[in-house]
Amino acid sequence: MMENAWIIPLFPLLSFLFLIVFGKRLRAVSAYIGIFLTFASFIISLLVLIARFGSPTYKAEGIWLTIGDYQLTAGYEVNQLNALMLVIVSLVSFLVHMYSKGYMHGDGRISVFYAYLGLFTFAMLGLVLSPNLLQTYIFWELVGLGSFLLIGFYFYKEEAKAAAKKAFIMTRIGDVGLFIGMILLFWQVGSFEYDEIFAAVSAGMISEQMITLIALLIFIGAVGKSGQFPLHTWLPDAMEGPTPVSALIHAATMVAAGVYLVASMFPLFAASETAMMTIAIIGAFTAIFAASIGIVQKDIKRVLAYSTVSQLGFMMLALGSAGYVAGVFHLMTHAFFKALLFLAAGSVIHAVHTQDIEKMGGLWKKLRVTGPLFLIGTLAISGVPLLSGFFSKDEILVSTWVHGHTFLFWLAVVAAFFTAFYMFRLFFMVFTGEARGKTANVKESPGVMVIPMLILAVLAIGAGYVNTPWFGTFLGDWLTEGNQALGHGHVEGPAWIMVVATAVSLLGILLAWLMYGKKTIARDWFSAGVPTVYGILANKYYIDEFYKMTIVKGTTAFSRILHFIEVIVVEGIMKMVAGIISGLSKLGSRFQSGQVQTYGTVAFLGLAILVIFFAVTGGYLK
Amino acid sequence: MSTVPISAYLTLALVLFCIGLFGALTKRNTVIVLISIELMLNAVNINLVAFSKLGMAPSIDGQVFALFAIAVAAAEAAVGLAILIALYRNRKSVNIDEFNTLKN
Repeated sequence: MMENAWIIPLFPLLSFLFLIVFGKRLRAVSAYIGIFLTFASFIISLLVLIARFGSPTYKAEGIWLTIGDYQLTAGYEVNQLNALMLVIVSLVSFLVHMYSKGYMHGDGRISVFYAYLGLFTFAMLGLVLSPNLLQTYIFWELVGLGSFLLIGFYFYKEEAKAAAKKAFIMTRIGDVGLFIGMILLFWQVGSFEYDEIFAAVSAGMISEQMITLIALLIFIGAVGKSGQFPLHTWLPDAMEGPTPVSALIHAATMVAAGVYLVASMFPLFAASETAMMTIAIIGAFTAIFAASIGIVQKDIKRVLAYSTVSQLGFMMLALGSAGYVAGVFHLMTHAFFKALLFLAAGSVIHAVHTQDIEKMGGLWKKLRVTGPLFLIGTLAISGVPLLSGFFSKDEILVSTWVHGHTFLFWLAVVAAFFTAFYMFRLFFMVFTGEARGKTANVKESPGVMVIPMLILAVLAIGAGYVNTPWFGTFLGDWLTEGNQALGHGHVEGPAWIMVVATAVSLLGILLAWLMYGKKTIARDWFSAGVPTVYGILANKYYIDEFYKMTIVKGTTAFSRILHFIEVIVVEGIMKMVAGIISGLSKLGSRFQSGQVQTYGTVAFLGLAILVIFFAVTGGYLK
Repeated sequence: MSTVPISAYLTLALVLFCIGLFGALTKRNTVIVLISIELMLNAVNINLVAFSKLGMAPSIDGQVFALFAIAVAAAEAAVGLAILIALYRNRKSVNIDEFNTLKN
């Protein structure tokens, strides 16, 4: 089955091409085509994953270009991580396709929407299958394009346009780092192949400093794509896109690309202590930083967006703490519960037509299905025992502790507390208490939207059991099978970590319940008590403003200078040349007055000059 | 009889030619310009006749050419005047400054 893996990305590509050409005529039928083709992708991905359990890594490559002695190859590879990612991406994509059928119902550009979804899914699946860095980079950029198109889908909204541009430009900044890292790596190793790169690294062919430099540059790419600090600001803004897009791109796939990149190049990163430390610090900082912003946001999707940023920080922290399995495991569970949360949020938005949680409330009784599903997602992300998020977060905390990052460990614990708090704040604000907005004709979403959520809810509960300290670490053992560089399948940690993790998440839930559920504690004790801190949090640490003041202003000033040079120097020279020519021609045109007598005079003078000249020289020119 | 030297004839012709040239280049009235041109032609005729009588190889050819030139000049003057009349009908003027259509 694995030799047929190349066909997986082709289904969504086919969907994209077909819908671009025939979409206008098909209209609503386009949805079925998109759903069917991604379903086919998912089935094959599943078969590939099953086949991968029983057989070794499969890799097929052909020569793409020959440049001098060097041959660029292109192909596909199915290793453990790829096979797992294929299933996650195609499953979430399929469910989002299905969900969009209901959510985007009645939208005039639904065929375009499905076409873009197809393009994006194609790019992501292609990225996952790539066996070399160059191919990864190509799909990496295609993923960026897909997200740009989808975020800007409501292009008639100024915010959406700005958000799409912002996402594209911010991720491009990271991509430059990745590109330079890639070139350096090629210069050092002479190949883009992952296998050869890792072989060169383990053989010590590259100097320590060079590895650190390359690893950090590649990590910058991951920072851009995965919304890590300081390139995270595009991700919350990207919520301007349709909600299913948020679920697909900004929860499960695209932002996971950065984590995936770090994971798939893990042996390279693991060779540099500095790079690992940087990743861990950035990850932990992002986790707590984004979580603290998430506490005060008032837009349902923005809370989820900051929670995504924070969870991606957890994954990076795990990878940076040599917790390869923990990072990938959390990537998987997060994909499921975050997609579930986004789809449920979309269902809420679909029902109440607002994203402001201040205008929601008391929806539990109205949304009989969405409510419990949202609760499952919330419990999972908060790390409540027995749900998937609990196991993966525990794994991350254990990895961090065992690796010796004590301070980062406690940061992560606090971030976990924040996570539980803001997620339940969101839940209580939306689903309990009095209805604060117009909720008269709130209706549950149609079945086509509910079914994907149900599937994701099952996974959000159950996906954790593939890797638990109690029943066996199947996922971890399988992921690290036959590859020493990835570390051990299971990291043994002290038992109290699990207790602490459970305690902080329950504490967060309790605090949220007291403030927003039971209202024993006044809602504004924090915002009224320390308004400065609240203001900073509500304004997202003024990062956007800071960028506007420094980078945007700086670039604008620089462009002004260039504009000045352009106008004065370049155009000045050009205008001078043109002026001389036109002045000369004006002078010449004076002679052509139409006055026959003037012509006669000139002709006669000319003759006279000639005669005098020849008289003086004697008729000979020297 | 032959006391008048050739240089006198040539000087007369030069003077006449210069007067004609000056008139042709400066006068505003087109009729005067035409007359000035006749003057220049006749200066040439004087040269021709002078050389046919007093030149290095005297011959009757010069005088014949002078006659030809007079005939051609008459025809030319007729054509010139005809053009002038046509112009005058168009422009209601004989002022040469106004005839500047060569510019375009």
